[in-house]
Amino acid sequence: MEQYLILSTILFFIGLFGIVLNRKNILVILMSIELMLLAINVNFIIFSNSIDDIIGQLFALLVLTVAAAESAIGLAILVIYYRLRGNIFIEQSHLMKG
Amino acid sequence: MYLTLVFLPLFGSIAAGFFGFFVGSSGAGFLTITCLGLTFFLSCCVFYEVALAGAPCFIQVMPWFDSELFSFAWGFQFDSLTAIMLIVVTFISFLVHIYSTEYMSHDPHLPRFMSYLSLFTFFMLILVTADNFIQMFVGWEGVGLCSYLLINFWFTRIQANKAAIKAMVMNRIGDFGLALGIFCIFSKVGAVDYSTVFALAPYFSFDSFCFLNMEFNFLDLVGVLLFIGAVGKSAQLGLHTWLPDAMEGPTPVSALIHAATMVTAGVFLIARCSPLFEYAPGALSVVTIVGAMTAFFAASTGLLQNDMKRVIAYSTCSQLGYMVFACGLSNYHVGVFHLANHAFFKALLFLGAGCVIHAVGDEQDMRKMGGLARLLPFTYGMMLIGSLSLMGMPFLTGFYSKDVILEVAYGNYTTSGHFAYILGTMAAFLTAFYSMRLLYLTFLSKPNGFRVLIVNAHEAPLRMALPLFVLAIPSIFIGYLTKDMIIGLGTDFWQGSIFIQPKNFTMIDAEHIPVSAKLLPVVLSILGASSSYFLYSYGSSTLYRLKTSPLGLKLYTFLNRKWFFDKVYNEVIGQFFLYAAYHWTYKQVDRGLIESLGPFGLSRLVSRVAYILKQLQTGFFYHYTLAMVISLMLFLAYFSLATVFGTSSVLLLNDARLWILFIVSIFFLTSDFKKEGQR
Repeated sequence: MEQYLILSTILFFIGLFGIVLNRKNILVILMSIELMLLAINVNFIIFSNSIDDIIGQLFALLVLTVAAAESAIGLAILVIYYRLRGNIFIEQSHLMKG
Repeated sequence: MYLTLVFLPLFGSIAAGFFGFFVGSSGAGFLTITCLGLTFFLSCCVFYEVALAGAPCFIQVMPWFDSELFSFAWGFQFDSLTAIMLIVVTFISFLVHIYSTEYMSHDPHLPRFMSYLSLFTFFMLILVTADNFIQMFVGWEGVGLCSYLLINFWFTRIQANKAAIKAMVMNRIGDFGLALGIFCIFSKVGAVDYSTVFALAPYFSFDSFCFLNMEFNFLDLVGVLLFIGAVGKSAQLGLHTWLPDAMEGPTPVSALIHAATMVTAGVFLIARCSPLFEYAPGALSVVTIVGAMTAFFAASTGLLQNDMKRVIAYSTCSQLGYMVFACGLSNYHVGVFHLANHAFFKALLFLGAGCVIHAVGDEQDMRKMGGLARLLPFTYGMMLIGSLSLMGMPFLTGFYSKDVILEVAYGNYTTSGHFAYILGTMAAFLTAFYSMRLLYLTFLSKPNGFRVLIVNAHEAPLRMALPLFVLAIPSIFIGYLTKDMIIGLGTDFWQGSIFIQPKNFTMIDAEHIPVSAKLLPVVLSILGASSSYFLYSYGSSTLYRLKTSPLGLKLYTFLNRKWFFDKVYNEVIGQFFLYAAYHWTYKQVDRGLIESLGPFGLSRLVSRVAYILKQLQTGFFYHYTLAMVISLMLFLAYFSLATVFGTSSVLLLNDARLWILFIVSIFFLTSDFKKEGQR
């Protein structure tokens, strides 16, 4: 079980670093978020299997739907963003400074 | 009768002060003079009843403070000491009122002046008739206030303003000591009325008292603190500089305040507190030494002053030194006797000086007078009587008290007594010298003034001449007439209002001192007067050579500039405090530390910190995510530290000192940040 957990944690951190270190592309951010959600899903299923409880899988299904909805909305925002700006480079989007 | 006596001058003052516009100058003068005349008449009655018939009077009027242990009433006590002060104060004040109506007749503010004079008299009466320290303090501060108002009477003159402020401030330094003395008395005895405190004084004679974190003998401490009050009011050495400057006021004011009344309050205080001082030998020796030094200092300074009123002012200061050291040698009755005698001839001298100044067109410099004896024969005669009395010429008033003071000083058999005798005897010589110098330069030398002044010099009018004449009579006779009554051996005049321990009583020893010691002061006085006369008549070239020689010039400057007391006070103490007040307490503390930690520092801190926090929000997405991750990590780390090391290591952050250090450092770090930002 431990190697599964290590895998999911590594996946999660790859996703996280994908967001933090990424300076170019919004698409990569969405992909990273998907990766993090995937890692969490894996985590849910591992624990569900490990402690023999169905609730974990229930949550995993719920997260799948939420992730699908989220990526749909995110891509929609991306499309609108592209329509307005003509590109999807994130470093040009710092107009809302504090 | 007793209360009427005290409050009549207040009535006169209010009438002249608030209704002066309606009653006019002559009306104000008439009202106040009538009130003072009645007061004087009542004082005579009181003197008869209290002092001669031996019936002291104590009146409790109404409660003032009534707070648990601290309770006392408005009370008036009339015993022999009060009675003699009453006679002196009201008599001099009455004559000064009469004199002022003529002397100040051309002044548009005469009602105000008369009002102040009467108010002054009222406060002086409160001072001498009080039966507790607090009420005495009312009078004490009141006369200080009135001296301010009177010295500052011509308030358009900057010198008068400065002199009045100086008088007030110097007096206030002494008042502070007096107030501390009263606090000490209350904290130890638990009462402030004379009868209780004096009755308990022997009981406390060996007690110690913690003052400024040091242990003192209680009565010595109280004595010295009360004496500091007397030093301020009676212009003793150290706080004397206000008295000569106070000559900026009109001359009748000088006669009233600085000769007969206000400055005697210090001597009166010491005499009144004789039961305290008798059990405080340390305080008594301080009183003696300071008094003797004052007598000598003032006499030597008066020697070379050129302002007529200043000479008389310094002689006042010197004579007060005599009175104070007489009190310090436990001869309070002798001190008070000299006080009474001195009041008569010093008022005579001041009023005479006023006549002279009036006659020569307000010229006060003696070097610009001269030759007035033929023009003002009456004033000359009066000034001569006053001066001879002041010198202590035999069989005039001054002789009877001054010589007794010096005799008891010699007969005291203590170091401080002999110190006082030597300085007092030298001061007697100097007194005679400068008195004769004043007379010579003003009246006897060749005329030195402008022709127009000499031509227009006129004898004093009736209302100015009459007080002089009336004062001249006691200046000649009163010492002889009352000597046996007041300081005679075994007299029962004082009836316990002055207490002298038997072991301190030296009047009898004073009768057994060597004849040479008795004669010396008189001989020196005559020698001083005659040497002064001959030096100024025939030895003017010698004097000139003495004055222009290198050493003589230094001495002349030294004495003429009053031993540089004013210079030192102004340049060392005054400048130091002004510098400290501006540069330290104002610029560095008020505008510096408090403001940088207070309003300005705080507002700057808030805006700086907000600016820094604002800079954090760059607008870049990945910066936000990094911040979120880092905060999450810190949050988790904090709780995992708490679980690993226990709560104590986390509670380390709750140390208040660390937080104060942190907050204070933020103030200064952000101000550095601002500089960085400007760069």
